[in-house]
Amino acid sequence: MKGIGTINLPFRAMLVLSWRNLWRNHRRTMIMLAAISVGVWAMIFMTALMRGMVDDMLRQGIQNLPGHIQIHHPDFRNDPSIVNSIDAPSGDLLNALNDPSTKAWSTRIKVPAIIASERETRGINLLGIEPEAETIISGIGGQIIEGRFLLDRHDKGLVIGAKLAERLETRLGKRVVVISQDPENNIAERGFKVVGIYKAKMPGLEEFNVYAALGTLQTLLKIGNQISEITIVDDDFRDIEVLYQNIKQATPENLEIKAWYELDAYLKYMLNMMDGFVLVWVIIIFLALSFGLVNTLVMAVFERVREIGLIQALGMRPGMIVYQILLESLLLLLIGLGIGNLLAIITVKPLESGLDISIVAEGLAMMGASSMLYPSLTASDMILANTVVIILGILTSILPAWRAAKLDPVQAINST
Amino acid sequence: MSSIRCIQLCKTFRQGDEIITGLDNVDIVIDEGEFVCLSGPSGSGKTTLLNAIGGLDTPDSGEIHMDGIRVDQLAKGPLADMRLHNIGFVFQAYNLIPVLTAQENVEFVMQVQGVAAAERAQKARDILKEVGLIGMEDRKPAQLSGGQQQRVAVARAIVSQPKLVLADEPTANLDTVASSKLMNLFSQLNQNYNITFIIATHDKRVMSYAKRLIKMQDGKIISDEMQTPVSGDEG
Ligand SMILES: Nc1ncnc2c1ncn2[C@@H]1O[C@H](COP(=O)(O)OP(=O)(O)OP(=O)(O)O)[C@@H](O)[C@H]1O
Ligand SMILES: [Mg+2]
Repeated sequence: MKGIGTINLPFRAMLVLSWRNLWRNHRRTMIMLAAISVGVWAMIFMTALMRGMVDDMLRQGIQNLPGHIQIHHPDFRNDPSIVNSIDAPSGDLLNALNDPSTKAWSTRIKVPAIIASERETRGINLLGIEPEAETIISGIGGQIIEGRFLLDRHDKGLVIGAKLAERLETRLGKRVVVISQDPENNIAERGFKVVGIYKAKMPGLEEFNVYAALGTLQTLLKIGNQISEITIVDDDFRDIEVLYQNIKQATPENLEIKAWYELDAYLKYMLNMMDGFVLVWVIIIFLALSFGLVNTLVMAVFERVREIGLIQALGMRPGMIVYQILLESLLLLLIGLGIGNLLAIITVKPLESGLDISIVAEGLAMMGASSMLYPSLTASDMILANTVVIILGILTSILPAWRAAKLDPVQAINST
Repeated sequence: MSSIRCIQLCKTFRQGDEIITGLDNVDIVIDEGEFVCLSGPSGSGKTTLLNAIGGLDTPDSGEIHMDGIRVDQLAKGPLADMRLHNIGFVFQAYNLIPVLTAQENVEFVMQVQGVAAAERAQKARDILKEVGLIGMEDRKPAQLSGGQQQRVAVARAIVSQPKLVLADEPTANLDTVASSKLMNLFSQLNQNYNITFIIATHDKRVMSYAKRLIKMQDGKIISDEMQTPVSGDEG
């Protein structure tokens, strides 16, 4: 006897057979394609909306940190006092920061302080900043609603939030007193003129963050050119690893360097939750689709019992029958995915410039979301959706395919 | 040497409480190049015997030897391979894959066997010519008459020159003219390529083509005679 034991997978023969079988029942195939396409579209579209919203929250959260990467005295995050200051960057670190691959960086002072108007006194977070770089990093310069922002690192003015101005019952042009401590625990106080009032997206910050020029505060606090932190931003907060590693290399051992996801566990959690959400959402839609898919294949097998018996009689191994049915399912899935992805791209792209959701977004603003939603179509989300559909699709097709392979050829041929 | 040897084949079917005899101690030896007709009344076990020899069904007991291999003991996969490479089947009807053209149906088995594209296209064309279907290569089964469909099935069964062709009532759905054409074709192929044919039939005219006529009844062989066939060259 010839050829026993040689197994080859005649891909072309199976492909032709699968393709033609797929179009035998036009109506059923079209319905199934529509279902898969709409399902895949819903997966990706909804994911893009959610991703856009979460990205916005993350971006907001990162602006409040601020920055993608921060460098501190190792004790500063536990005890943000003036004692835990660090020297301004120099040497390797300065070179790394000034490298063109760094989008922007800035040094800041951040100390607890008290602010007093003639009527009220409040505890604040006093920030000494380099105005130009700070605006790139935290966006504060663009949030001024009255007066002006700080001009340079020796500006003598003070910028406070609208909410704080209200609480202090003060306004633009008025003088306030800021009280803090120098490293020797002596009181350091100074009068400032309110030169600008800002409005933040998060009302909580508006009451708390007060901006002065870096040099002015260094003088007030008697810390020479020391600072509290260095903040650095990259182009995309999702893709900072290269920069992070480069700067980490150049950072002296006695300093602590952290990325945004290490600095704020909540942001990290939000990102993970979003990734988890995408997976769950994709799987839920898939489950809805899978009933249709299994049903389609079961019907296809049922209608073709005699034929399956015939090709078994001709010498097709049971595995080959499974292969042919799976190929049929794969073709269906691939076409459906193609259309679904296309629909998703066509519908999401025009919305990427922003979707006004202010009607429903009032409550969300509290959580740091803005009233504009920018859907975000990411390659990784699309790949995830497509991979899930293909893998689970094939897995759910195994049962009908296996049932076809189990058919008894004699009975199958005799069936009517 | 492609001889088939069946020893003490038994097969019963259960239908509700009834036990139906399919094959009852069948002993038979068929040598290479024989042209055998199985005849007998309906339910006498012809199909059951063909299916057992072709490895489509396994007997309850007994042995089937083909070229020294115990067909009855092969697993599903190797059994499928054996059919693919050594046996051609022609059934009574619905022999063809409806979504494939005549040419593609003939090529299908060769594709699974792994024959190169150019070679199988050539072989398929040649064999379709030989069975008289020139110009009909691109028709789907639904666009062919019953007789033409059966001839495509024959073309497919013999295209890779199997040792053995099993045909179960191949002419049952054909008119007289188509039947005799098909039988002449079988005779020719038997003579030209020394392919062994075993044909189950009710039809007296079909039986007249056989060199050996085996009669069955109630699952047993009741007679087994050599005869002089009508010539395969006529018609
Ligand atoms: N799958 C089955 N289940 C139950 N009984 C069966 C089955 N297959 C065959 N039989 C029975 O086995 C016996 C032999 O059947 P078989 O099909 O071999 O007869 P046959 O000689 O081919 O008849 P026919 O000329 O009608 O085709 C019959 O009594 C038939 O009813
Ligand atoms: Mg029969």
